[in-house]
Amino acid sequence: MATTLLPISSSDGKRVSVTRFPKDGPPPIIVRNLTMAYGTFVLMKDINFTVNHGDIFIIMGGSGSGKSTLLRHMLGLIEPAKGEVWYGNFNFTRAEPLQREEMLRHFGVLYQGGALWSSMTLAENVGLPLGEFTDLSLAEIREVAALKLALVGLKGFENYYPSQISGGMQKRAGLARAIALDPEILFFDEPSAGLDPISSRLLDDLILELRDNLGATIVVVTHELASIFAIGNNSIFLDAESRTVIAQGDPKDLLAHCTDHRVQTFLTRGGQDAQPSARNHG
Amino acid sequence: MQALKQSQPSGELSFARSDASTLVLRLAGDWHLRHGLPEPELVLKQLDTAPKPARLTFDAAGLGDWDSGLLTFLMGINEISHKRNLPVDWSPLPEGVRRLIQLAEAVPEKTGARHEASQVSFMEELGHATLLYAQGVSEFLRFLGEVTIAFARLAVGKARFRRIDLMIVIQDCSANAFGIVTLVTFLVGVILAFEGAVQLQQFGASIFVADLVGIAMMRDMGAMMAAIIMAGRTGAAFAAQLGSMKVTQEIDALTTMGISPLEFLVLPRVLALFLMIPLLCVYADCLGVAGGAFVSATMLHISLRTYLTETQHAVTLTMIFGGIFKAAVYGIIIAVAGCLRGFQCGNSSSAVGDAATAAVVTGIVYVIVACGIFAFIFNVLGI
Repeated sequence: MATTLLPISSSDGKRVSVTRFPKDGPPPIIVRNLTMAYGTFVLMKDINFTVNHGDIFIIMGGSGSGKSTLLRHMLGLIEPAKGEVWYGNFNFTRAEPLQREEMLRHFGVLYQGGALWSSMTLAENVGLPLGEFTDLSLAEIREVAALKLALVGLKGFENYYPSQISGGMQKRAGLARAIALDPEILFFDEPSAGLDPISSRLLDDLILELRDNLGATIVVVTHELASIFAIGNNSIFLDAESRTVIAQGDPKDLLAHCTDHRVQTFLTRGGQDAQPSARNHG
Repeated sequence: MQALKQSQPSGELSFARSDASTLVLRLAGDWHLRHGLPEPELVLKQLDTAPKPARLTFDAAGLGDWDSGLLTFLMGINEISHKRNLPVDWSPLPEGVRRLIQLAEAVPEKTGARHEASQVSFMEELGHATLLYAQGVSEFLRFLGEVTIAFARLAVGKARFRRIDLMIVIQDCSANAFGIVTLVTFLVGVILAFEGAVQLQQFGASIFVADLVGIAMMRDMGAMMAAIIMAGRTGAAFAAQLGSMKVTQEIDALTTMGISPLEFLVLPRVLALFLMIPLLCVYADCLGVAGGAFVSATMLHISLRTYLTETQHAVTLTMIFGGIFKAAVYGIIIAVAGCLRGFQCGNSSSAVGDAATAAVVTGIVYVIVACGIFAFIFNVLGI
């Protein structure tokens, strides 16, 4: 797959730089002293981590540990009680809404259920951001949308509505939409949830392809061990009990060297797996 | 030994003392959930009987078939033993039972997870409800402000939404609503005329039914009836649509794509109702007058020409435009209420239903409040 960065327009119609996160610049994502809270209830505190260029960064932890909530904080869907999220030199947390919107156009997000707009066909779903933020003609938008759908194995489904396809296909269509603008940072919320093992494996392969060929930095929220070991090269572990990050690093290194029993218990399915169920992706 | 048999054909629980300090719970027969469970008070009573036992054990020699009924009973015993700090010897129980109890105890209860029911006084509830209502009004006004800003962006050509979405909503809240608006407003005209006719006939002033119906419909009832119908029909639909989109994270998907959900979803809906309710109001006015004419013709034997001439004399253009203006404002209120409730929707399917209900209630209440304010202002202005 060739890198095909599309020129993105700003809200005033001017074209903006396509590369917000040059390789020789600061890390694309830095989270500093983040505290997540609902009212007075602190869900997680003192979260600090850096995601480097080309990382497939895994946010892992048990159910209810706040993985998806952390993702929503990173995307600006929830305001942090404390701390900041930086994208390169851009302080996302303190930015004005319009500046945020422009930054968000450099991101792609795949939600748990796909979150496709149900009143639009798959081609319209993928084509919407292209129509909104590029100068492409309608014919070109249709072509790009068809290409993106073909990349996720949905060639020929352009005119289907989300309700006419399966859950796994919806998720893939959601991915096609997420990569519509060739984003520099991709976020995946539980990409394997609800997928059969083969579809899950194919999605993992696709994530690796996107990183290798689009040069995207990828953040994945998951607790699927197979995916964690197969694609992740950096990670944090959220612990619901201590309400903070208790481990950071390559998941395979954490399995080999981390002495924290909570991390070991998680990475070995409560001690059942002596070895990670990592798959060799070559 | 004291024995106790359940009234239903269930397992049998009896008590014995292996020594002065050990209470033995003897389990016999088949223990099935559908046959009921023994009361924990029976065990408590035994524990309070002197000499008070210092430990618990079981005799399961006579135990037959069992299901989660037995486990529920044993978990109750476990809780009692924890509270009273009594050691329990589980070993006489079947292995399967012991394993399941171990499983149920494997994950300790999370601190603060249990919701304790608390008694709330009437005054506290009233205060809480008042604060919630004030907060609701504040949220409505804030949302209205955001919609105004979105309209300003629309005026300068910066707002982003699909024209096709606007057309679809326009069709839905105009042509598709014709049937129900026709029926309701015609009947309102009939009712107004009928009630008026009964009184006016006594004074030989039947012709003034046309004045009554015409003025009532043009000034208030046309706009009000169109608004109430649209609040129940379209306001609820807006809340349900946006609520469902929130549940399925479609709104989040718009936000994280850098597209304002307010412009993309709310603007076409508010614009559509703002433009279409005045038209429905005019249509409702005509249907109301038609209803009045129908009653006058059939009951009072007033010809259509006479009725319409009288209506023409009674109704002024100011009344008609006043009604249209009110309808436009009602349209904005209903659309904003529907969209706001949709955006405030929780993350479950029942929350979508609640949002739709709240949208109708909010829409109608605020329309009535607005109607009262208009009545006051129009009166002051002498309109």
